[in-house]
Amino acid sequence: MRFTTKSMLMALAGSTMLAGAAHAELTGDLKIFLDTSNPAPRATMEAMIADFQELHPDLSIETTIIDRDAYKTQIRNFLTADSPDVATWYAANRMTPFVNAGLFEDVSDLWEEPEIAEALASTKGAMTIDGKQWGVAYTYYQWGVYYRKDIYEELGLNEPANFGEMKSNCQAVLDSGRKCYTIGTKFLWTAGGWFDYLNMRTHGFDFHMELAQGKVKWTDDRVKQTFANWRELIDMGAFIDNHQNYSWQESLPFIVNGEAAAILKGNFAVAPLREAGLDDSKLDFYQFPEITPGIALAEDAPTDTFHIPANASNKEAAREFLRYVVSANVQTEINNGSNLGQLPVNAQSAVDDDKFLNEGFAMLSENSPGGVAQFFDRDFPAEMANEAMQGLQEFMVFPDNLDDILNRLDKVQERVYK
Amino acid sequence: MTALDPTNTPAPSQRSWYKRNEIAVTPWLFLAPAILFFAFYVIWPIYQSIAISFYDWDGLGDATFVGMANYAELMEDSAFEVSLWNNLKWLLLYLLAIPGGLFIALFLNQTVTGIRIYKSLFFFPFVLSQVVVGLVFSWFYLPNEGLLNGVLGLVGLGPVNVLGDPTLATYGIIAAGLWPQTAYCMILYLTGLNAVDPEQIEAGRLDGAKGWRMLWFIIIPQLKPATFIAFVVTIIGALRSFDLISIMTNGGPFGQTRVLSFYMFEKALSEYGFRMGYGAAIAVILFLIMLIFIAYFLWSMWREEKGR
Repeated sequence: MRFTTKSMLMALAGSTMLAGAAHAELTGDLKIFLDTSNPAPRATMEAMIADFQELHPDLSIETTIIDRDAYKTQIRNFLTADSPDVATWYAANRMTPFVNAGLFEDVSDLWEEPEIAEALASTKGAMTIDGKQWGVAYTYYQWGVYYRKDIYEELGLNEPANFGEMKSNCQAVLDSGRKCYTIGTKFLWTAGGWFDYLNMRTHGFDFHMELAQGKVKWTDDRVKQTFANWRELIDMGAFIDNHQNYSWQESLPFIVNGEAAAILKGNFAVAPLREAGLDDSKLDFYQFPEITPGIALAEDAPTDTFHIPANASNKEAAREFLRYVVSANVQTEINNGSNLGQLPVNAQSAVDDDKFLNEGFAMLSENSPGGVAQFFDRDFPAEMANEAMQGLQEFMVFPDNLDDILNRLDKVQERVYK
Repeated sequence: MTALDPTNTPAPSQRSWYKRNEIAVTPWLFLAPAILFFAFYVIWPIYQSIAISFYDWDGLGDATFVGMANYAELMEDSAFEVSLWNNLKWLLLYLLAIPGGLFIALFLNQTVTGIRIYKSLFFFPFVLSQVVVGLVFSWFYLPNEGLLNGVLGLVGLGPVNVLGDPTLATYGIIAAGLWPQTAYCMILYLTGLNAVDPEQIEAGRLDGAKGWRMLWFIIIPQLKPATFIAFVVTIIGALRSFDLISIMTNGGPFGQTRVLSFYMFEKALSEYGFRMGYGAAIAVILFLIMLIFIAYFLWSMWREEKGR
């Protein structure tokens, strides 16, 4: 898990070049707060920070790792009261409350440095609010359909290219006594992934964002069209029964045991599925197929980020740390299969030789002309997202309640975006 | 000799202020730490909650005064209405723990070999953490693999998805909550039964009372203190129900199992919440409901004291 000396030296060369010759040696304290509490990401971050420490021996670095869920509430306290110099968070709308409250440092100056401006261009949009950049991304991952290759082969099915094929595949899977898709909606957000894709495929990225920004009503006929498409799948019985009882982890055994043929998920599902025994001969990936012909494909690719709190005390060292994190070699290293196992944000980084990472990277860089969304609960304002995801879950269980749900969401929309 | 030397008499003013007021002051001194803590950790937060409930505040930026707007919104909030009804269901059904506990206590109030073991077994669920109870029951209710559906299948009844069905889920959670609560009431009644006067039972028996009449007219009146405590803890337990809901359904399916305390948490402190003012308004409503019971408890305790 330690980085090689070579990569470190290269990173050193890279980061000092970035910083420029005028840059003095860093001193003082650097407090870093992380939400990477799962074992693998934790080790990755610790190793990365240890390497940064070796580059800057006079800097006294103090790292605090907080449980990922607890972090979401604690960040509100520590940003105001006892601010670290660097903190992790999420891109897009999730930054808004902190940006509006003036708790994140404007780092547009970093983004003007040529190395960052060019190499990180793909995540610039997600880091921008009011025309300024408020942090840097350090990793992101694709969403898509992970399916049981062996079941598809057994039934003679191909990866679907459009909604018609998606439905006919599903019918074949259903006829073989299996369910098409496993999903666990107990914690709601998984249903948001389905809505993202169905809406972006039915009406495109721009329409989806207009809905996220409250410019389109939920009772709009176009939104209803999205739900009508979704309902076709629900009425077929495509999703596993009682999904409202399961978390996403609890929904995985269905695909592992072959009771369901596919799952719409982020790349983080690959690790547990592999551990459960699905090797690359059994598990494969395809991009969510086209629904309305001619609409540019857009993808969900949630991005995790580093920020400098406005109250940080060592902003100079923090900026240097951000430069270091996004430099090409560090990005290659921390996102490889033995570390985070996700996609690097730096265009000059290499993607690890992993089937799913390669497919995801190719998909996001070449085949998502429509744009890249963050995820339902990161693009929509928190309160809207929460109410809407409840509605989505209710719709998946009782599709007949749709009108009632949409009217309710309209009311929430009026309040949230006032 | 007869002349009194005024300088010799100890003037009352020379006794220290504390000495003069010892009787009046000492109780307050002893009470002071408790009063301070109560004021600081209970009274002050109550005041703060009420104050915040008039503001629109995300916990970070500036709070804007909105008057009664949060309460007006509550009146139209269907999720709030659902939570309120669920609270009522909890209040009523949770009280089943009292007769349940009484029944088990009567059943266990005998001397046979190993009765202590049986008693501890019945008391066992109360020792478990609520989180564990919630987990055990959610496995019990699982739609396909769960024990409940296994048993129902044996007698030919179809599978029910208790926690996934918006109409059943709350009852499912209350049933889980009754398990430890019944054990609690049982212990209260077991201690109460020890204090039942055997002479009165003897007298009742001479007068020909037995069975239900004996229970109703002789035993239960003597258990009144135990019943009172059981009532208090059960009502408070019902209004505090939070852990089980959070573990078993997380408020779902689509928010149908929320109670006020859970809804308050969700609005004010959960991942998608941070509407502090709105959450505080829910807290105030919950506080007012609790106040009814607290006032009743205080009143009946005061009446008890007077009666003596």
